[in-house]
Amino acid sequence: MTAAAPEPKINMGQPVPRYDAVVKVTGRATYASDMPLADPAYAFLVTSAIAKGRIDRFDLDDARRVRGVIDIVTHENGPKLKESKLFSNGGYAGTTIQPLKSADIAHDGQIIAVVIAESYEAAREAANRVKVSYTAAAPSATFDSPGTTIAAAKGQNAQFKEDPKVGNFAKAFEEAEVKLTASYDTPTQHHNPMELFSTSCAWMGDELVIYEPSQFVYGLKYGVAEQLGIDADKVRVVNPYVGGGFGSRGSMTPRTAIIASIAKRLSRPIKLVPTRDQGFTITTYRAETRHEIKLGASRDGKLLALKHEGAEISSRPDAYCVGGTKTTTRLYACPNVDSLVSIVRADRNTPGFMRSPPEVPYLFALESAMDELAVKLNMDPVELRRINDTTVEPIGGKPYTSRSLMACFDEAAKAFGWAQRSPQPKSMSDGDWLIGYGCAATCYPTQMGPAAARVRLQRDGRTRVEIAGHEIGTGAYTVVAQTAAERLGVPLEKVAVFIGDSDLPPAPVAGGSNSTASTCSVVMMVCDQIRQRLFKAAMPSQSLTDKAKETVGIGQTPATQAAKGDRPLDLEKAFDALGVGVVEEYGEWKPEGAPLDSFRAMHSGQVRLVGGHAMKDQIAYAFGAEFVEVRVNRFTHEIRCPRLVGAFAAGRIMNPRTARSQLMGGLIWGMSSALLEATDIDERNARYVNDNFADYLVPVNADVPGVEVILLSEQDDHINPAGVKGLGELANVGTNAAICNAIYHATGQRIRKLPVRLENIEV
Amino acid sequence: MRPFSYQRATDPDMAVQALSAAAAANNPLTQAAAQPLAGGTTLIDLMKLDVMRPAAIVDINPLAHGWSVIEPNGDNLRLGALAKMSDVAAHDGIQRNYPVIANSLKLAASAQLRNMATLGGNVMQRTRCSYFRDVSYENCNKRHPGSGCAAMDGVNRMHAVLGISDQCIATYPGDFAQALIALDATVEITGKAGTRSMPFAQLHKAPGSTPDIETTLQPGELISAFAVSGRWPRSVYLKARDRQSYEFALSSAAVALDVQDGTIKDARVALGGVATVPWRAREAEALLKGQKFDEALAQRAADAAFADARGRRHNSFKIALGKRVVARALQQAVTMEI
Ligand SMILES: Cc1cc2nc3c(=O)[nH]c(=O)nc-3n(C[C@H](O)[C@H](O)[C@H](O)COP(=O)(O)OP(=O)(O)OC[C@H]3O[C@@H](n4cnc5c(N)ncnc54)[C@H](O)[C@@H]3O)c2cc1C
Ligand code: SF4
Repeated sequence: MTAAAPEPKINMGQPVPRYDAVVKVTGRATYASDMPLADPAYAFLVTSAIAKGRIDRFDLDDARRVRGVIDIVTHENGPKLKESKLFSNGGYAGTTIQPLKSADIAHDGQIIAVVIAESYEAAREAANRVKVSYTAAAPSATFDSPGTTIAAAKGQNAQFKEDPKVGNFAKAFEEAEVKLTASYDTPTQHHNPMELFSTSCAWMGDELVIYEPSQFVYGLKYGVAEQLGIDADKVRVVNPYVGGGFGSRGSMTPRTAIIASIAKRLSRPIKLVPTRDQGFTITTYRAETRHEIKLGASRDGKLLALKHEGAEISSRPDAYCVGGTKTTTRLYACPNVDSLVSIVRADRNTPGFMRSPPEVPYLFALESAMDELAVKLNMDPVELRRINDTTVEPIGGKPYTSRSLMACFDEAAKAFGWAQRSPQPKSMSDGDWLIGYGCAATCYPTQMGPAAARVRLQRDGRTRVEIAGHEIGTGAYTVVAQTAAERLGVPLEKVAVFIGDSDLPPAPVAGGSNSTASTCSVVMMVCDQIRQRLFKAAMPSQSLTDKAKETVGIGQTPATQAAKGDRPLDLEKAFDALGVGVVEEYGEWKPEGAPLDSFRAMHSGQVRLVGGHAMKDQIAYAFGAEFVEVRVNRFTHEIRCPRLVGAFAAGRIMNPRTARSQLMGGLIWGMSSALLEATDIDERNARYVNDNFADYLVPVNADVPGVEVILLSEQDDHINPAGVKGLGELANVGTNAAICNAIYHATGQRIRKLPVRLENIEV
Repeated sequence: MRPFSYQRATDPDMAVQALSAAAAANNPLTQAAAQPLAGGTTLIDLMKLDVMRPAAIVDINPLAHGWSVIEPNGDNLRLGALAKMSDVAAHDGIQRNYPVIANSLKLAASAQLRNMATLGGNVMQRTRCSYFRDVSYENCNKRHPGSGCAAMDGVNRMHAVLGISDQCIATYPGDFAQALIALDATVEITGKAGTRSMPFAQLHKAPGSTPDIETTLQPGELISAFAVSGRWPRSVYLKARDRQSYEFALSSAAVALDVQDGTIKDARVALGGVATVPWRAREAEALLKGQKFDEALAQRAADAAFADARGRRHNSFKIALGKRVVARALQQAVTMEI
């Protein structure tokens, strides 16, 4: 393994330890359900045992008799809540299925009652004693189930505007010397963050405080206010630490407004900690997808035709879709491209973002197909990527702001020992184990959104940074502190960071890997405002040139790269000149090309991310290359992955330590996704079956003996002031295909359906 | 979880008393009002899930003093029911003379669980069938006799292919029991009438038409010890699973051989992950005994072990897998250096 704190290379910050390291390892970090409440009551959810139909009757007698039960809320006495639109239609919600509204059931595990009691145990016991009679209808579970409907995504989903196309695919494919047609499947997956989906609500008069792990405190604040029909200024969401999110906490779930309104009704703080299995149905998930890829190439490996058709499952009312063709049609040079994304509606809860939502399923298909094509061409798969590498995306002809894909391939190949691979399938082994090497490209769009921050600098250098960002385990505190320390030239220990609170200046959703780019860009900007004020006060006779703005440090350490000869500003003198003890600045930043309503949207909990393929004259992505060694046991067919090597280039790396952690976690997740993770659906009743950590498999330490992360230097001045591309969702994309490609190399067997389990291997 | 009374039993009589007092006639053990608590890693889990609803818990951990021996003395082995999985797995004498036992324990669960869990609790652990463990499914003959079986045509990748009935196909999930049954272990049972011993093979009951009756143990009876006669240094536990650690077997084999001058004098083969109860493959053993080992023989034995196996939609792969696991385990046992 590489060192936990890799040496910074050019255009990388220092690998300082995590800002929150000590509180986390000593257990003092307060997560939502740790927040003390005055005399709380406890809620336990009752969820439906059918996926479609109606509730005929509740028998609550037994439950009510449990000592300590205060109230049982069902649709018959449920809160009257306003509807919230889906986030992709300008709302806040991850689903428009509103539980406790009527007797109707729209999916398995829908909330049908909430038991409130004096203790968690009493609430849970009473919930177990609630008896429900249903009239069940036959639900449609998934692809191929009777009763599903299918329609093109375009026109249904506001965020999927166009199926990318260019040239004449049909003709080019027809004429291509080498052709490949292949279908791929990806499974249902659930985020399963360690922290459960808890919610605590406490009212003080007409003001509501919500403690809930959220990846978007502003979105939740405005969403809950809308559902309750109250002024958003009366709602505050607090979560200084979030125990993992992976997208599951990006949009509002129905539980929050329900708990808030029950707390109001009972005039008591209420604490809800749902169980692990309830988390499978009361939030979102990654829906299963199906793909057909057609590739046409010349004998020498040039792609001439590419078509990617994808189908995705969504719920009956909501047209959620990830539409990863926006990426797969632009990854390689290819003059003739066609694509189509469709949505298949079933009786399921609404799916939602999950780490690299579009890229994981769609790149699995494309990067597997590229490997298959390399085999047909009898060509090294790395060389096939090199031949089709491009600096301009083929659909709109826009240049990539920067692209280090092949540099990543070369670095990772070297570190991995790709040259030692004998290309023939089934040609490498070690005792009981067949060995396979495989690789794939990975990429993720560079995105950023409008953000605001307040920074306060004291005479003694103590600094306070306030921004409603989110610490979902990525290192948000750390990079924000680093940015302020660097920019203001104060020691890192003097910087205090406050995030995870909707009373702070707004920041975007912690999703789409935009957080570091957005929050660091605004913090840089606001720090510069402070520098300017001090500079003007201390040296009123000198003009503050742009160069000086960039390079003149203040305080003890010169900021960023202070040019030779620049004198650091004497902080005390500057404060004396200003005649104040504290300088505080607030600022709002938006990325270039952000829509006009960006700031208004930012202040009402709405997301306006820009970047990726949707930029005006350019396209911005982070890239990487992933190499894996797979071992397949000849006898048991068990599949193990002893080595994962990834090289990544993502613009400026703020902190190589936290970046490495993100990428390492991504590689492990990718392996997990390829070999282990899948939510099993009982097709007869459209219910999730393995909804617990014993049956929903994720890797244990013994599954991950070797992970190596290589960070490449890359400078990109076209994306945002911080020069950051974002990498939280970069590493788990390519791994799925890399593993299947390695399994092919080990066994000669091409597997096009995830996850790959031992029963899929025939050696 | 539902409220329950809790009592610590400081001696075996007290435990037996407390357990028998609550026992109602005709109630199978799994439904008994009082349940003994050892490590709690199965019992508490099922209580939280509302699958088991005992009114009384009798904590037998204070009996560990007398009931946790690990004695591989001479040619006989005695293991107390309250010995911890981790202690037994780490014991030198067990590793040397009974590798099949040490490895069946070492490859089970996780380090934390093995530190808590006891041998007695381990053999009594209950199936991991998802439909059994989720009370929102109505059809489970094991939980509600006569209600049907949701797994039969549901998600049944983990389910059994041997010893099944049209009432239940739930896999017996444990590992250690396969080692015990292979080695012809006896189980010592303490009850109202004192202590009795019986072959371990008689402890578990195949589901048949009464999947709710899992063992021959009666309410008020406790397992106090296990005994094995003879040493079995040439023994192997091979476990195939999706991940490298911390998972139940998709298929496993406990194999113990006595090979003299290249001839198999005695052979023991037991199967895990594929059967409704700890499963002895006597047909395979019969083929092996008296023969010289080669791959073809191993294959025939493996085929014999699964001759009666029947798969369903998601678990048919276990038949082919199970055969390869048996063949490989035999090979490993034959070639191991002792
Ligand atoms: C996540 C997970 C993974 C696991 N993986 C594996 C695995 O891979 N392989 C494996 O073999 N096991 C596995 N297990 C099961 C684990 O080994 C058992 O839960 C454990 O051995 C039970 O022992 P215990 O002492 O905790 O029993 P308890 O939970 O205390 O008792 C279990 C049952 O036996 C009864 N009982 C306990 N002691 C006695 C006695 N002396 N006499 C009569 N009845 C008694 C109890 O009343 C109860 O019904 C796993 C468990 C979990 C939770
Ligand atoms: S297999 Fe057995 S335990 Fe599982 S649902 Fe069927 S009857 Fe119940």
